[in-house]
Amino acid sequence: MAEIQPKGDGGGKGGKKRAKKMSTKIDMTPMVDLAFLLLTFFMLTTTFNKPQTMEINMPVKAKDPVEQTELKASEALTVILGKNDKVYYYQGLNDGKSQPELKSTDFSDKGIRQVLLDLGRTIPKLTVLIKPVKTARYKNVVDILDEMNITNTRRYALVEMTDLDTKLLETVTGAPDGK
Amino acid sequence: MPKVKVHRTSPSLDMTPMVDLAFLLVTFFMLTATPSQEEKLIVDTPSSISEIKLPEKDVITITIGSDNRVFYGVDGQPTRLSLLDKMGAKYNVSFSEEERRTFELTNSFGMPMAGLKSYLAMAPEQRKKITQPGIPFDSVKNELGDWVLQTRLTNPDVVVAIKGDQSTDVPTIQRIIEVLQEKKVNRFNLITDMEMKPSNYKPR
Repeated sequence: MAEIQPKGDGGGKGGKKRAKKMSTKIDMTPMVDLAFLLLTFFMLTTTFNKPQTMEINMPVKAKDPVEQTELKASEALTVILGKNDKVYYYQGLNDGKSQPELKSTDFSDKGIRQVLLDLGRTIPKLTVLIKPVKTARYKNVVDILDEMNITNTRRYALVEMTDLDTKLLETVTGAPDGK
Repeated sequence: MPKVKVHRTSPSLDMTPMVDLAFLLVTFFMLTATPSQEEKLIVDTPSSISEIKLPEKDVITITIGSDNRVFYGVDGQPTRLSLLDKMGAKYNVSFSEEERRTFELTNSFGMPMAGLKSYLAMAPEQRKKITQPGIPFDSVKNELGDWVLQTRLTNPDVVVAIKGDQSTDVPTIQRIIEVLQEKKVNRFNLITDMEMKPSNYKPR
């Protein structure tokens, strides 16, 4: 055990020559126990890592629609986040005149990421419109925003489903929110 | 049989350096510890490759559970106090000194204004037990917007962080983003878990 060496108390009182051999040893074990208990407690309760965050900037809502720039159909890619983690996408704009070709994919490496990488290479100013359906999960939204970061796509927007998109999804998959 | 030689010197060893180190570590952890906050709503956040850390202070945390209940929390005890006073004045609820003290120490709550006073007046064990209904955020009774607005008036530096569960509905999230945009908050953080970067990732 830990010990404290007794000090030589040679100069005792009363001229006694014999040094008194009183041991000054203290049993430090309880103190050490307590110290380690506290150490363990604080180590376990401390949260070191601050949570990770993803920054999102939403556009300021324009008061005047004239001030907004029109999106070119050749640069647009719409990604629809369906039910059960499904992803659908089409190129161009769905304005009701011509029906774009809706394709289905998923969140895997070879899925939407490959699509975004391929299109990003051919269309430099690719703008992605992200439209989650009502039955999609929050996880899907975060995942697709993450894919935007991974594929270096800088122009993207989170928008709501239009009626035309719902109709398109319904004609292709048979349900308004995907299979 | 060989004779076992009894070692006569005492097996005591000098523990002083170990104890020194232990106390040094205790002191270190005591001073750096921010006690892990007690979560009233358990949320499993989605993961992302983002490495941006949340700021240490001035954060509004809007927690959304998988059952679409919304909890509100802000850090900084002076901010909380003046926020409660402002909200009380707006909704004509007066809080006693005790209730204000309780609110000062509450890091996240999900009570509508009507039930907040009785919630703060409860005993701590009782407060833990009841299920909080969440803060109303629909267009008829938009208390969440008021909380955000009043917090921003109290402390203009606050950052809004949304902590949503993986299986939260998208319409709920969209509605909360809408509430924030109504209050001119166009920049906010989504709290996520860490995820490994894929190998083909190229940083900007």
